[in-house]
Amino acid sequence: MAHAEAHAHDGHDHNHAPAGIGRWLFATNHKDIGTMYLVFALIMFFIGGAMAMVIRLELFKPGLQFVDPGFFNSMTTMHALIMIFGGVMPAWTGLANWMIPLQVGAPDMALPRMNNYSFWILPFAFTLLLLSFFLPGGAPAGGWTLYPPLVLQAGDSFGLTIFAIHMMGISSIMGAINVVVTIMNMRAPGMDLLKMPLFCWTWLITAYLLIATMPVLAGAVTMLLTDHYFGTAFFNPAGGGDPVMFQHIFWFFGHPEVYILILPAFGIVSEIIPTFSRKPLFGYESMVYATGSIAFLSFIVWAHHMFTVGMPLAGQLFFMLSTMLIAVPTGVKVFNWTTTMWRGSISYEPPMLFALAFLFLFTIGGFSGLMLAIAPADFQYHDTYFVVAHFHYVLVPGAVFAIMAGVYYWLPKWTGHMYDLKLATWHFWLSTISVNVLFFPMHFLGLAGMPRRIPDYNVQFADWNMVASIGGFAFGLSQVMFVWIVLKSVRGGGPKASARVWDDTNSEGLEWTVPSPAPFHTFETPPVIK
Amino acid sequence: MNEPVNEPVNEPVNEPGNTPTGKPPTTNRTLAGKLVLFAAGSFAFGFALVPLYDVLCSVWEVGSRWTGEKATTVVEHPQEDRLVTVEFIASVPDNGTWQFAPKLAAMQVHPGKLYSAEFSAANLSGHDTVGQAVPSIAPSVAMQHFRKTECFCFTPQPFRKGETRNLPVRFVVDRDLPADVDRVTLSYAMYEQPKMAAAR
Repeated sequence: MAHAEAHAHDGHDHNHAPAGIGRWLFATNHKDIGTMYLVFALIMFFIGGAMAMVIRLELFKPGLQFVDPGFFNSMTTMHALIMIFGGVMPAWTGLANWMIPLQVGAPDMALPRMNNYSFWILPFAFTLLLLSFFLPGGAPAGGWTLYPPLVLQAGDSFGLTIFAIHMMGISSIMGAINVVVTIMNMRAPGMDLLKMPLFCWTWLITAYLLIATMPVLAGAVTMLLTDHYFGTAFFNPAGGGDPVMFQHIFWFFGHPEVYILILPAFGIVSEIIPTFSRKPLFGYESMVYATGSIAFLSFIVWAHHMFTVGMPLAGQLFFMLSTMLIAVPTGVKVFNWTTTMWRGSISYEPPMLFALAFLFLFTIGGFSGLMLAIAPADFQYHDTYFVVAHFHYVLVPGAVFAIMAGVYYWLPKWTGHMYDLKLATWHFWLSTISVNVLFFPMHFLGLAGMPRRIPDYNVQFADWNMVASIGGFAFGLSQVMFVWIVLKSVRGGGPKASARVWDDTNSEGLEWTVPSPAPFHTFETPPVIK
Repeated sequence: MNEPVNEPVNEPVNEPGNTPTGKPPTTNRTLAGKLVLFAAGSFAFGFALVPLYDVLCSVWEVGSRWTGEKATTVVEHPQEDRLVTVEFIASVPDNGTWQFAPKLAAMQVHPGKLYSAEFSAANLSGHDTVGQAVPSIAPSVAMQHFRKTECFCFTPQPFRKGETRNLPVRFVVDRDLPADVDRVTLSYAMYEQPKMAAAR
């Protein structure tokens, strides 16, 4: 096997890695860039998380206690922008950088210099976005969906927000182009597309979604920019525009974006469940086709986010039924994962625990999504906490849990050391219990009519809000454990990990053929695949 | 490789030549170029949605601009046996820049008859400015039955520094206002137009 020659070096920094800060500033190595993406995502996760804590603190009791309503609205808006564009998306790009070349047997990403640019744009984008807190008028507070005319009333932060979104968009488009080129051009001989690990497949499809939709968002925010500063009237009825059109353009991006956030999670779970069930994945090809179908459907369902704007019955029926159709390929996936575990020899290491929680809790989020898809019912649920509960179930115990599962799965491969499994199991249980205490009551609040994005509420909602806030604080605190566990493993605590890492012989991903920690350079000569 | 390679060859070793499919390989640069074009196409598509939206809305007659409602002449046809209370509210979102209030707090009107009311506004901002009033009608079922034939909210209202002016609104409450509605509230919020818009 081709990886044998890479063994000579052992430690982290002895694989001809450049020394000093230049290693990171001018990094072109996919592993270094992947690490930077992951660290960046973690920092953003905590900044966005701190904002969530402010939100839950203010909502702990009815009445206005801690922050004024304008700042509260900034918190909800910035929490969403930071978690989506700064937390989850860079985390996926980081995992893609680290793992895709290793999984397809490529020496690096296809376009290493562009890879460096696409990472280094991000810190600048988020510095701009966060600077807006210090401008007159404060940070953006019109909601992450940026609906006009409200968003056009923002203070001086408006221009910063739009440019920050442009930069995030450019960064993620470049990241996506890199993934496509790497997968299409750099696979080792014999690594057919339909032999690729599912993480590569779901990322390939995600990358196409990104290239197709991020520019549409860029267009929409550019129109906002010119409406605000240059007197155009794309969304201003006084000049022949229409604010509802913004919602159409935004959600034409926004719905595929939802799948951009979750498809790589499907890939990770599709690798972890077979590993710890000690069985090959059930229905590999159907997983690939299901992912493709979801991606296709994501382009024709956008208006289910805006049933209440007033659309013809035929439109409501179309968007309702096409949305429900997504349950079919998603169901295929859920059943395939379940069937993979059937009669498997299952063990419950932390990655598997997170993957299992993903399976259960993402499905709950999927079901509440089906409820929201029912157009007549949506008129009741629209802009209530039921929606908040729904998308947090698919994003937190969905996407975020899958990211954590992925980190716990591959961390020994990255650091060469097994992390503290016991502590990670604690982290899992604390997170899983608190995330449900946090988000499940929001279903009740929403069904009872509590609107989203408000700093104060009717006293009838008091009890469940207090419960949710307690869950929120517990979930937030639990994540400190995650940092501790990862740091310990990075600093070399814990037993040395083998090349295969996990007690499993089924996983065929090439990442398990290189030693742990993965050397700075891998697959300089292509591996041979049977 | 079927492309002339005149760029520095510092690309990884197992790149193009050996794609597993055996098809003629594209270089990384070519494929990346195509994907950049794809992204540029998506950007253009976002803007193409603007005219497309107008076309589709008019074809399907969706949206308030396309419902086919034409300007009509109001024919007064008062319903003498019914009285509806119309209340007026004025508000200013920014403190200190406007004084804005209705002349009358409420009126008793007969549906089908044309009435007029006045608001008074004063520019306290200390400079010349342009105000834009944004109307709102409650309850929402009354919205489509409350017709303004003339309103200061239809156009931006320029005010000189310190100017005070009366602003008229003329309206008819439709005869087909639902029978259970006996009170309609017309409220205005007065905004200062952003500078760019005012300059036009």
